[in-house]
Amino acid sequence: MKTKKTNSNQLLMTILKGRTFIVLVILVVFFSVVKDNFLDPTTLTMIAKHVALYGILALGMTFVIITGGIDLSVGSVVGLIGMLAGGLIQYGLTLKFAGVTLYFSVPVIVLFMLAAGALIGAVNGLIITKLNVAPFIATLGTMYICRGFANLRSGGATFSDIAGYEGLGNTGFKTLGSNIAGIPAGVYVFAVLAVISVVLLKKMPFGWYVLGVGGNEKSARLSGIKADQIKILVYIISGFCAAWVGMINTAQLSAAHPASGDGWEMNAIAATVLGGTSMAGGSGTILGTVVGAFVIGVINDGMTMCGVSEFWQKVIRGLVIILAVVIDQTQRNLQAKMALQARNENK
Amino acid sequence: MSDKANVVLHCEKIDKIYPGTKALDGVSFDLLRGKVNVLIGENGAGKSTLMKMIAGIEQPSAGKMYMDGEEIYFKDTTAARAKGIGIIHQELSLFPNLTVYQNIFMRHEHKKGLFLNDKEHIAGAEKILKRLEHEIPPDTLVGDLRVGQQQMVEIARNLIQDDLRVLIMDEPTSSLSAAEVKVLFKIMRELLAEDISIVYISHRLEEIMEIGDHVTILRDGKYVADADVKDIELSWIVENMVGKNTQYHRFERSIDLDKAEKILEVKNLSLPKKGGGYLLDNVSMYLKKGEVLGIYGLLGAGRSELFECLMGMRPEHTGEVVYNGENLKIKSVSDQIKNGFAIVPEDRQRQGLIQTLDICKNTSIASMRNYVKGIFLNNKEEENAVDEQIKDIHIKVADKKLPILSLSGGNQQKVVIGKGILTHPTVLLLDEPSRGIDIGAKTEVFEIIHDYAERGLSIIVISSELKEIMAIADRIYVLSNGKCTGELSGDEINEDTLVRASYAGLGTGVSA
Repeated sequence: MKTKKTNSNQLLMTILKGRTFIVLVILVVFFSVVKDNFLDPTTLTMIAKHVALYGILALGMTFVIITGGIDLSVGSVVGLIGMLAGGLIQYGLTLKFAGVTLYFSVPVIVLFMLAAGALIGAVNGLIITKLNVAPFIATLGTMYICRGFANLRSGGATFSDIAGYEGLGNTGFKTLGSNIAGIPAGVYVFAVLAVISVVLLKKMPFGWYVLGVGGNEKSARLSGIKADQIKILVYIISGFCAAWVGMINTAQLSAAHPASGDGWEMNAIAATVLGGTSMAGGSGTILGTVVGAFVIGVINDGMTMCGVSEFWQKVIRGLVIILAVVIDQTQRNLQAKMALQARNENK
Repeated sequence: MSDKANVVLHCEKIDKIYPGTKALDGVSFDLLRGKVNVLIGENGAGKSTLMKMIAGIEQPSAGKMYMDGEEIYFKDTTAARAKGIGIIHQELSLFPNLTVYQNIFMRHEHKKGLFLNDKEHIAGAEKILKRLEHEIPPDTLVGDLRVGQQQMVEIARNLIQDDLRVLIMDEPTSSLSAAEVKVLFKIMRELLAEDISIVYISHRLEEIMEIGDHVTILRDGKYVADADVKDIELSWIVENMVGKNTQYHRFERSIDLDKAEKILEVKNLSLPKKGGGYLLDNVSMYLKKGEVLGIYGLLGAGRSELFECLMGMRPEHTGEVVYNGENLKIKSVSDQIKNGFAIVPEDRQRQGLIQTLDICKNTSIASMRNYVKGIFLNNKEEENAVDEQIKDIHIKVADKKLPILSLSGGNQQKVVIGKGILTHPTVLLLDEPSRGIDIGAKTEVFEIIHDYAERGLSIIVISSELKEIMAIADRIYVLSNGKCTGELSGDEINEDTLVRASYAGLGTGVSA
């Protein structure tokens, strides 16, 4: 027997579940009203570029947070990979002992960089699982280490005008930063990675194992799931995503700064949390993260366009994250209440 | 022991050594084929440890295992599973954040190529749940289910294994109602017919006599005896388990309860159910000072909810509560603790203990305000109080700074009771205080209850074990489907009346 309260609960639940999307719509409407060039193709393209960058990082972060962990190193990995990629293109790999400098083609560099990102992720995973260091601490450490190496690569300088050399056949990197059919390349990468993530998380046993490890690690081990392996894999995914972002970002700027990506881990976490992934682990969706990334992108660029100072932007971003988590708890409590109700109805 | 042909798994002189204890000492065990092999023993006897070896959760320190005559070694649960060994854990190993069908098919996923075949998962889950007569929607999150339903999901998980040969069931009925247990036994008999061998660990002695074929008894990590169930009686089991002849004996009360005053009275207590109906429907009861009052009833009758109302967890309840002669407005748990109420909840692991804290903190945590000097915690006072309490209720503790989980189930329960007692309550509420603990510890818990009642503490005990409640309660109320259907005292207390009253509030058939 459904009472008025049940129906109003269900309505509230639907609103809560779609809250991030509703917020996104409200924000877009708001900014387009305040800034009449908000919906221009140039603006939207700029926003899309940023959404793709935060979004790809957030995809990897989603897997990590679902297992109950966190990856603070992604921003630094973005910077480090950017420096390595830029350096390889402009200056190649010098082998002192042989007296040669090797230059690699762009596709090869991309593969190397992805492998490097995955490797850093694996190191994170190993430190966490084999050395029993808490994810927060472990990735905080690698965050500093990677940032340090990024700066060491160039002694703090920027590699500018990254274009490669015709004669060496390593041009073409900027494709990763340009528009293809009017849409930034990064967006395509984001879309593809998002689809792959959905398949991994929802359509493959791996997804069950990731959720299982996050929901109840003890049960996961008792079920025969290799929890350590799963954890290492999610950090590898995160590192892999960070590598993509490092390269796309460098390509977009045609320059590699050692400070690239500074603070981007926070955007990734914010997007993930806004999308409904719980910091406690055990739940999360890729779709939610994608919408969350859009929200972050729109808020950031919208505020900049309105001339909001960088400092106020930080305040607002912080408030948004807290609000997101509070609303998430409200949704969970409501869900538990509704479940209790359903149980009692069936008694 | 038994002849080779009907032994599906044989353990030969198994040792298991943990730092500080020898959990298993030269235990040899025969798992008879196609039979319900009951494994029984007090807590610490080694039954769960032995099962961990068989299920591949851990490996023996010494000794060998044989299956079908061949020597086997399980380096992990996957290896054991590959040989057809499944285990239903006592502490459920489910994923509360995943759906029923995900839990059931975890590690036994049906795939279409590389991808999960959820259609088959849902159909398969429906099929097995139907067989278990527990039709839960397969897409429900397990965390939203009641404990009894969760236990069914845990059972279902094991039943979908095609090549299951041995099923280990560790206290599978501890959260099930009588009707659910009947269904489970029916399924077990079907499994036996399919040539599946069962190991059944339970403390419910009556159940063992009903469903068991062969009994093996362990004590202190050693094998004691084994026999066919048809050849023995309950008393033989208890004798060998405990080493002495124990029956639940009725305690003599020195207080004249007829003359005792009412300390707590509940009038027309009602607790509405969300969505219509009542969890508690105009329940009226009273408790006398120094009395041990029993509350008997089936799962879902409203017993725990009664406690929750009294303890301040259900501010939405209606009705009058009179305490010490005055009307009591129940607002919050901390208020109720201040008013002199203490509760020992049903779910020891999740509601009674804090698993990450040590024994000392678990005992003192509800009464912390008593050990505070200014703004600081007076460690000495806290520890003294805990030491005294530990002594008073005879908790077997080597060092109270050890983690709480290092204690056996029975001793953990005593800690939870001790925690309540340290708040110096006037009314102590015990919800299934002897659930999941062995008979030796159970008797000790009964003695604790009797002892404190003699000292003037008024106690209410919820129990679903007839013999138990008949032994410790001075007077019994029966709850059925939220209503109070019986009040029995003295000679009125007998099994027949109690059971009938527990069904009286239901419509046709059994609920829950």
